[in-house]
Amino acid sequence: MALAISTVLGIPLGAWLALTRFPGKRLLTTLIYTGMGLPPVVAGLVVFLFLSRSGPFGDLGWLFTIKAMVIAQVIIATPLIIGVTMSSVAGVDPALRPQLRALGATGWQATWAQLFEARFGVIVGIVAGFGSIISEVGAVMLVGGNIEGRTRVMTTAIVLESRQGKFDLALALGIILLLISFVANAVLVGLQGRTGGHA
Amino acid sequence: MTYDLSNLVHRYGERTVLQIGSLHIDPGEIFALVGPSGAGKSTLLRLLGLLEAPSQGQLSLQLNGQSFTYATASIAERRQVVMVFQRPVLMSLGVRANVAIGLRIRGERDYHERVEQALARVALSHLSDAKAHTLSGGEMQRVAVARALVLEPKVLLLDEPTANLDPYNVRIIEDLIREQHQTYGTTIILVTHNVFQARRLATRVALLLDGGLVEVGPTAQLFDSPRDPRTAQFMSGELVY
Repeated sequence: MALAISTVLGIPLGAWLALTRFPGKRLLTTLIYTGMGLPPVVAGLVVFLFLSRSGPFGDLGWLFTIKAMVIAQVIIATPLIIGVTMSSVAGVDPALRPQLRALGATGWQATWAQLFEARFGVIVGIVAGFGSIISEVGAVMLVGGNIEGRTRVMTTAIVLESRQGKFDLALALGIILLLISFVANAVLVGLQGRTGGHA
Repeated sequence: MTYDLSNLVHRYGERTVLQIGSLHIDPGEIFALVGPSGAGKSTLLRLLGLLEAPSQGQLSLQLNGQSFTYATASIAERRQVVMVFQRPVLMSLGVRANVAIGLRIRGERDYHERVEQALARVALSHLSDAKAHTLSGGEMQRVAVARALVLEPKVLLLDEPTANLDPYNVRIIEDLIREQHQTYGTTIILVTHNVFQARRLATRVALLLDGGLVEVGPTAQLFDSPRDPRTAQFMSGELVY
């Protein structure tokens, strides 16, 4: 869920940042890059403060729910997808766009084609976003509370089991997490291969 | 399709790159724009392709009895004019998909036969399954010409289409230009710094120097009896600039 939201937000924003010029673009780019290195626990702390009872969105009652965890994960993953998409689209030969326009493409069609040309990089951005989400511990523990049956995820379960000395269970969970990550990345890499084919 | 330009000025920032009092291009011409590098030939071609709006003045094209400008032409009118660039950029797809790109942009689906015909015209049928990035420079330029011709445009704009190509590829592209003109009656506007190519292909030639038109006229006139001494110097190969 968090990856889907981050992808839907991150790819258009990254493409827009790569293809447009406006005052303050450098500052915004610096902020995005800073966001790419944002310590997850800081993102979790901010979400915690916003959703806590005394926070501005405390009335929503989202703290220690899946919703809070998704918000934290989106904050962590979106800058990664924006940043990688931005640099990938900016790396596409700038002469492509006028040539597509000269073949009759609308602005949207040309942008879509540029995104297509940057697809390998864009998929790397999604992979990076997925990695940041699936490996996250601090933020989801802070805003989710690691409540059994409700907000406990594999990473927080590994921390809990390790603390209780159940290393065999923690290790088993770690292997399952790795397998999930492998399968998801294999699908994304397969997508990279398929999009490079002939018409 | 007719072009009319009057009092046209184009600037990039403070720099004036084009200043043309008047120019008329008739349907069915092969009109060559010649001049040294930096004369404004490619800029003029982009304006004719409605890819940029002139900074000042009028550039209009008449199509089916109606007059259009950069501001008023819809996507349907813009699609009647297709341009091939000096350095073609192909998409990271197969050759066939690259030739089909303009057709797909237009939402067409049943285009496979036309794509094959276009590939045959540029003598690239044997490479139709190849990836675009494996082609040589000359083959890439031929793909770029094929992806333009397959669209059957009313106007074909060619920006130095044979620059840096070997004689074999130059000949293929020049033959295609002639064929497109004679068989389909396409208006062709060709930018070239090669006066010999202009002489071989064009029905009319314009010499552009420093953003201004020095002389416009039938090819024979510009080469054999130019009215401006600068035209004589340029056409004879003397360095003007």
